[in-house]
Order: sequence, then C-alpha cells, then structure tokens
Amino acid sequence: MLDDLTRLAGAARARLPATDVDDWSVRWSRTRSRGWSVRRGVAEPPSAGSAEGALVTAVVNGAEGWAATADVSERGLAAALERAAEWARVVGDRALVRMLPADVSDARGTYIGPGVDGAELSGAAIQGALRQLEARLRSGANGPESAIVDTTAGLDVVDVDQAAWTSRGGATLQRLRHVSPNLAATAARGAISQGRSLGGGENAGLNRQGGFDLFDVAWLEREAERIREEALVLLTAPNCPSGAMQLLLMPSQMMLQIHESIGHPLELDRILGDERNYAGTSFVTPEMFGTYRYGSELLNVTFDPTIPGELASYAFDDAGTPARREWLIRNGILERPLGSALSQRRAGLPGTANARSSAWDRPPIDRMANLNVEPGNTPLAELIARVERGVMMDNNISWSIDDSRNKFQFGCEWGRVIRDGQLAEVVKNPNYRGISATFWRSLSGVGDRGTVEVLGTPYCGKGEPNQMVRVGHASPACLFDQVDVFGGEE
Amino acid sequence: MSATHPSERAETQFAALTAALFAGLRGAEVALLSVEGEDTHFIRFNQAKVRQAGHVDRQRVTVRLIDGKRHASVRLDLTGHDDARRCLAALAEARALVAGCDPDPYLLYNTEPRSTRRVDHGTLPGPDEIVASVTDDAAGLDLVGIHASGPIWRGLATSLGQVNWHVVERFDAKVAAYLGGDRAVQTGLSGAHWSRPAWQRTLATARVQLDALARPARTIQPGRYRVLLAPQAMEDLLGVMSWGGFSARALRTGSSPLNRLARGEVQLHPSVTFTEDTAGGWAPSFTADGFVRPDRVTLVEAGRHAGELVSARTAGEFSLPANGADSDESPRALAMAPGDIPPDDALARLGTGLAIGNLWYLNYSDRPAGRITGMTRFATFWVEGGEIVAPVPVMRFDESLLRVLGDQLVGLTTDAADLPDTGTYGGRALSGARAPGLLAEGFSFTL
Repeated sequence: MLDDLTRLAGAARARLPATDVDDWSVRWSRTRSRGWSVRRGVAEPPSAGSAEGALVTAVVNGAEGWAATADVSERGLAAALERAAEWARVVGDRALVRMLPADVSDARGTYIGPGVDGAELSGAAIQGALRQLEARLRSGANGPESAIVDTTAGLDVVDVDQAAWTSRGGATLQRLRHVSPNLAATAARGAISQGRSLGGGENAGLNRQGGFDLFDVAWLEREAERIREEALVLLTAPNCPSGAMQLLLMPSQMMLQIHESIGHPLELDRILGDERNYAGTSFVTPEMFGTYRYGSELLNVTFDPTIPGELASYAFDDAGTPARREWLIRNGILERPLGSALSQRRAGLPGTANARSSAWDRPPIDRMANLNVEPGNTPLAELIARVERGVMMDNNISWSIDDSRNKFQFGCEWGRVIRDGQLAEVVKNPNYRGISATFWRSLSGVGDRGTVEVLGTPYCGKGEPNQMVRVGHASPACLFDQVDVFGGEE
Repeated sequence: MSATHPSERAETQFAALTAALFAGLRGAEVALLSVEGEDTHFIRFNQAKVRQAGHVDRQRVTVRLIDGKRHASVRLDLTGHDDARRCLAALAEARALVAGCDPDPYLLYNTEPRSTRRVDHGTLPGPDEIVASVTDDAAGLDLVGIHASGPIWRGLATSLGQVNWHVVERFDAKVAAYLGGDRAVQTGLSGAHWSRPAWQRTLATARVQLDALARPARTIQPGRYRVLLAPQAMEDLLGVMSWGGFSARALRTGSSPLNRLARGEVQLHPSVTFTEDTAGGWAPSFTADGFVRPDRVTLVEAGRHAGELVSARTAGEFSLPANGADSDESPRALAMAPGDIPPDDALARLGTGLAIGNLWYLNYSDRPAGRITGMTRFATFWVEGGEIVAPVPVMRFDESLLRVLGDQLVGLTTDAADLPDTGTYGGRALSGARAPGLLAEGFSFTL
C-alpha cells in the first residue's frame, strides 16, 4: 500500500507544471467505521462507513496553502497540489507564519497499533452479545425493572490507516484500531431521572486502541448489572451536599479534569492566539514555562503517545514529528506546552509531537494525544480514610469551562459522601466548581498504580474549521482539599 | 480559482449514481441514496494575517438498503471517478449487513414519493477578495477567526422514485477583534451575496465596540443580577435547550431538560413561543428517511408545551406521528418569537445590570430539572441607568432554563436575529436559529 501511494505522490508532484513550489506534502488517510447497538430491547440497524482522501500542502516563497481531495489518483493528487500552490500564492506575504525547509518532515517509519489485522467477530455474534448486555441493563433477577426507561448497549470499531510523504523524503505509514464498547441505563420516576454508564457513556470512558478482546462480554455483563442497580439507587438518592469540602475524583472524572484544565490550557496554538475566536485562549502565558507552580508537588503530568493501547497512541504526529514521552508538569512545576514543531518555532518553546488532524480534509493543529497523570503511592482505601468530610465522584456527565480554561464547573453521574474516613450514602447530581490556576494546588493525595484506569474520549473538539479527535487519558484517583461542591435543583 | 457551481456537477453525478445503484437492486429491495457535499474555501487567520488557507472538495454518500423489515447503511466518500462501481460495492456490503441483522420493528421510511428541489445560488468572494478582507480591511485590528465560502448541498433519492435536492451557496465569516487579554468583540457576516462594503461596516462596528471595552473593567461579585442577553447569547441558550429539549424520544425516556414543561408541571412566560421553522431556515426540507418536513412545528406556544420533534424511528417506537425530525430530534431551524422591547430601549429597560454579548460552553448542572451552567464571553458590560459603564470580566452562571424563560423573564426584544450555524464538524452545517434579545431578572452568577 505504501509503495503504491508513494509512487502516486511522486507522480503527482511530477505533473505539477509550476516550478515555484519549494516544498510539498501529501497526507492520505482511510477511516473505516463499524457500529452496532441495541436499545430498549431492539437491535438498531448496523452501519458501516469509510472516509478516504488526502490533504496536500504546497509552499511557495514561504507561504503555505492546502487542498483536500477524495480523488487520490495521480491526476487527483496533482490537481490538489496545484490548488494548494494557488492558495500559497494568494496568501503570499500576508501569511502569519513563513514556512522554512526545516518545517518539512523527513521522518520515515511504520507503526502498527495493537489489534490491527487481529481476529474479527461477526456482526451476528456482536449483535447477540449486545442483546445479552442490554437485557442485563434492563432486567434484574426479578425481571424487567419498571423504573429503567432507557437502555443502550453498543460497540464501535474504527480502523484508521494513514500515510504521509514530503518533499524532504519523509514517508510514514501508521495503522490503528479503536474499540469503544458502550453501556448506559436511565431510570426515571415522574419528571426525575438519573443515568449510569460505562465510564461516562459515549462522551468518554472505555475507549482504547486494540482488538476485539476489548469487547469482553463477561466483564461487560457484570458492568451492565452494576450500571442498572446504580441508576436505580440514584433515583431515590438525596442531592449532593453543598459546601467547601474534600473531593475524591475517580479516574473517570479525573480524565475530564485533566482534559479541560490541564490539556487545553497547555495547547500552544491557544497560547499563540490561533484559537481565540473559537476554542479560546489560555490563562497560561509563555513566560510561565519552567517556573510556574501549576499544582501541588504531587502533580506529575506526561504527554505520551507511545503507550500501546491508549486511545491516542502513534509513532508520528501528522506533521511527521516522531512521538516521544514528555513531562509537561513535574512535581507541580510547569515544564512544557502541548506544542507541535511549528508552534515551538513560533513561540521559542519546547513542545511535543502533537500536530494532529481529525480527518483527511482538515489540516493538523496542536492537540492533546495521551495526556496522563502519573500515579502516586497512596492506595484508594487510604485516600478515603484521609477524608473527614467530602464526596467521591465518578463518571463525568457535565463539563463547562471559560475560554481561558480557568473557571470551571463539572458534574458527575455518581456521588458518594465520605464521612470520617468512611464511604457513606450515595448522592445524586454531584457538581463542583473551581479555578484551574488554584485547583491543582489543592491536590493532597494521588492514588497508586492500583487506582489507575486507562480511558479516553473520541470527542475532543477544537479548531477552525472544526475538528474532533480522539484523546487518551490515564489517571489514578486523586484527592483535593477545600473544593466548592454542590448538588442539583431542590 | 474554481469552476462555477460545483453543485451542478454534483447533481448530475448524483443522478448517474442513483441510476447505477438502483439498477443493482434485487427482488423487493428498496434503496435510499443520500449525499452531503461541499466545495469550500477555508481561510483561518490570526492577528489579521493568514494562518491557514485551503480548500475542501468533498462528497459523502450513504447507501441505505431495506429488505422487508431489515435494513443497514454504508457510507463512503465519492472520488469523482469509479464511483458507480464503489456505490454498488457499498450496496453489496449493505446487503451482507442486512442478511446478518434482525428485523427492525421501528423501521419507517417514506413510501409515498415527494420530490423537492431548492437551489439558492449566491455571489461569493474569490480567494484574493477573502484574503484582502481579513488583512487589508482589518488593518490595525487584532482580528482572529475564519472565513468559509462555497456551495453546500444535500441530496436524497429513493428507488421508489423520490428525488430531493438542496443547495445553498453561502459564505460565513466569523471573527473576533481583540483588544488584549480576553477582551474582545465577536462579530461576523454570513449570506449568499458577498458585499465588501457590508463587511467593512461590520468591522467598523467592531472598532466602536472595542472603544467601550477599553474602559477600566469592573469585577462583579457572585449573586443575582438583572441581565440583557443579546441574540448571539440566546443562540447558545437555545443550543443547549436543543440537547434533547424538544425530542420526543428524550421526553419519553426521562432525559429532556424540558420534562417538567411537557408534563405541565411548570409553564414558561406567556411571551415565550418556540417554533421549528423549516420554511424560514437553511436546512433541507427532507429527512434521511425521505419524509418532507412541515414548514413549521410549534413546540412551545405562549409559555406552554405545544409539540415535539418526532423522528421516523421514534414514531415507530412510541406510536407517534413523525413530523420531519432528523434522527437526533434536534431542531434545525429553531425560532423564538420576538417580544415588544424595541432594541433602542433595551438598555434603558435593563436599567442596572449586565448586558451580555455572548455566552459560552453551556452544559447542564441538573438536566432533568433544566438547570444549566455556562460562561459569559467576549463583550459583557456593566450598565447603570441604561448606560454602559464598564466591561465585566468573564463570569460563570448557574441557572434554571425554566426560570429564565419563566418567572424571571421580563421581556423580549422586537429584533429577532438570524443566527446561522457556522459549525464545521464533519462538514459545514446547514441549520441555524432565530432569536430576539432577552431581558431577565435574578440571573444567578456563581464564580
């Protein structure tokens, strides 16, 4: 496959009549998606899809243009290259960034992620298993639960093949498989309803790279029973208490906390102002790197696309930069931003291999990939024992943060009061709010490896034009002090 | 740079694909072929210079095969050559999926062909003009944002003889002019016919608003305040309401934030009326299931629940009449009726409080109760005696939708604004909303 496309890319360049193109690149991708779902006892129609095309860039006198085409024939790529070159000429000296030869990657290599070309499950087998799981969501030992009003069991499998070539000899091929099981149940009585899901439903949760072994039906059956029972418990639970108190966040909420109030504010393109009209800017400024205390000494955060199986793993980013593990925050001190090679040059800062695009028709921008909180040494039982008055929260359900990524408010599916070091009653509608710049300094306990969960979301949105990418987050359970906690409408 | 009317080529191509695909059907099989396409120039800029500029030429088709009560869909991108063979391969893949799936008791698609055709041609700017408009015209401004321009099309054909075709040629310039830090004015211009003078007037208005933002800021404490939400802020409020708010499925499965309204437990202010106004919007008049949408569906009338959005699948599931909703049952053209406050009197009617230009990042803090949280963003001002006094840094609110649109609502302005959805996730949107400004008291700010 790579040889054929390499020949096509070279041939397309050779057909380009103009001689003013200094550099070019072709990034091809093919995404194949399959989805199955059973909802309220009925199998929904299966769907499949593919998206295939290439984004071509051309640099003329330091200005860059791009063109995206689904026609990946020699003629189609040549036409796209000419169109990209025309754009580069139109932009000319009104470009914000002058491209240099060193901006063009010469990296070469291949990466095949876990599960690619692995054993397949038939659609009928998947649908059968989903029927079984959905029945567990709906019915307990005594038959259907009348308060359970909505149930979904689903599975999405997305295979991505991508390859890139550049005028500087760069040639990379990467093949990835993403597997996302999904379970959710809603219980309702009158106008009151509560839901539970697997890791936060479709927005988050158990999204990973790998094979069909991630669709572990025996384990999912146990999870389905837990989800049903906990949705019913929530329906009659009191509201979360209000006040300043300790907050124990489980990994399924930590992933959202990391994502919104560490990941996004550290994106270098936001700091450089590119996102100010849409996703927003950042309270982080360039001079903070190297000295700013982002969190307590317990806070250690890494960017690591090299972990096989986490949702956003790869060997090269979409600008061809080889992926490496990097420390973003070490012992609470901010070390480096999430900035791709081009952003690094613009800002004069170190960065990461994080130029990523969502699809063949979008140019790469600075994104998160796998952004993880490193585990500490405290077992979960000890974290709980440390809480005099507080709440444990699990599974994100609501997220909101300002455009500088500072003032946030997050809500969870499941809350559990902790009183005098003991887990106590379940509470519904647990919410908390805070300010990123101070919140992480209240981190007082970090769970050990036994508390770590590897999670991820396929829905990280950003960019103009808009792009939705997959990001991975692994985290231990973490304890925070003096957080403003509150419940729902009385 | 590009040939005129790519959508015309797409329509011809779609007809050819349709013929080839339907010729491949067997026995009693029924097929629906739909297409979503665009031919767009995207120019992204920062500091009034071009950050990224490029072009997308994309057509995505969905081949849906129905055999009795079994059905399945396969999507693919058209390449411009060999597409008939590729669509037939997709048909074969759909046939294999259908063979392995269960009958669907909720299958519902239109079996009474109703063809439609709407083509709205425009006069769009070329690449040189776009670049000049965001660099030369914005001289002296720290302008950041995006300009997207080109035709967007949607098509549907069924083997029962129905053909629907919908084209909108449109530009969407959405920008923010920054004074520094997070002080900025967001503005924009969308339409079918580009006017450089209109764009220059848009920027001139932004420059005037920046002058007001340059005043010393006033930080307010959390608490309840009287607020005037501009139509652009209302767009965000309507957006979060649309997450299941009007969905018949959500209303029957406990996940609608308007449950209590639909159950008659609460009423909104008598001046609140919501309509799904397909006739007045940009969305196509047909659904993926082949149903033609009614021109209007009244959702809330004079403060009372009056209707809901019912997709074909929900119609089958809950034995309801379908009314042209897409599968997500979100509005595509939600219109809020205007009120009786002339825009020139709005600040005077606010008196003392906050004039909010934009809201941002709304979400639910208690969805079944209709309580939301979110931020102010861009131009928000402290107003005293009907006069703008000072810009206000961003504030978080946490408030009930049912109260803001209910007993806390003071009035609505007479100037309902068209608010096209300029979103581009997966492709340029063809939807939007229309909303007036809203004056409310006791709006709760928390952080």
